[in-house]
Amino acid sequence: MSYLNLIWPLSGGLLIGLSATLYLLLNGRIAGVSGLTASAFGWTGVGISPLGLGFLAGIAVGAAVAFAWIRHAELTITSSPVLLMVGGLLVGFGTRLGSGCTSGHGVCGLARLSPRSMVATAIFMVVAAMTVYVVRHVVGGL
Amino acid sequence: MAYRVLASVLCGLLFGVGLVISDMVNPARVLAFLDVTGTWDPSLAFVMGGALIPSSIAYAIRRRRTRPAFDTEFHVPANRTIDRPLVAGAVLFGLGWGLVGLCPGPAIASLVTGRWEAILFATAMFVGMFAYRIASSRQTAQLRAH
Repeated sequence: MSYLNLIWPLSGGLLIGLSATLYLLLNGRIAGVSGLTASAFGWTGVGISPLGLGFLAGIAVGAAVAFAWIRHAELTITSSPVLLMVGGLLVGFGTRLGSGCTSGHGVCGLARLSPRSMVATAIFMVVAAMTVYVVRHVVGGL
Repeated sequence: MAYRVLASVLCGLLFGVGLVISDMVNPARVLAFLDVTGTWDPSLAFVMGGALIPSSIAYAIRRRRTRPAFDTEFHVPANRTIDRPLVAGAVLFGLGWGLVGLCPGPAIASLVTGRWEAILFATAMFVGMFAYRIASSRQTAQLRAH
């Protein structure tokens, strides 16, 4: 892996961390995208959250700007339509049941040394790696 | 409230740019990172590492503050119990993430490409979240009835 290949993930990670930092110190909240998405649609039991909507809109605009002017990346998505639907359902239901995803548990939770987030992150990383192992090296691709 | 919404948009912007710059938004990259026994691509470990540097400092600062800038109190969960929903949810999420290579942030960010795959995945993810909402509110109603 070359030096340049390290700059992209590291700077991208720093920006995500900066986002979590500002969200905590300005709004006092966890920058977790699964929770923010549910709150944006009013699925957390307290009505539609303008904060959730604002955050999601920010992600979309930020991504569009970055795709257009900073890193023109082509996404490689090889999953079949059925797999995309099954995966989406699992990610949506699972992140709500488990109270968080890669950002809420993985970034914010680990940063604040939350025992729940440490356990959740370890589990979803291991299960995801095992899933990839089975799909790629046992089944031979789906 | 206006300041809080503006702060949310700003944080979302940084998050969205970060997801694209790091290529975390690319399912092929994520699956290569998760493929530890195959042609492993470790670069996403640096995304997590990079993100943890500022956020760890932020949570250290938080301990010495009584309130955030734009709100009267912090809304950080205090729950420390490792329960079955946490474990089961993490397992289901890990399965879905490993099958496709998209987690919620990248699922939202990838929508702006207009790709049908991204739209299909995000729609299914929203349905999954809504299904949880229905299931959990039913459970609450049942608990109240008893």
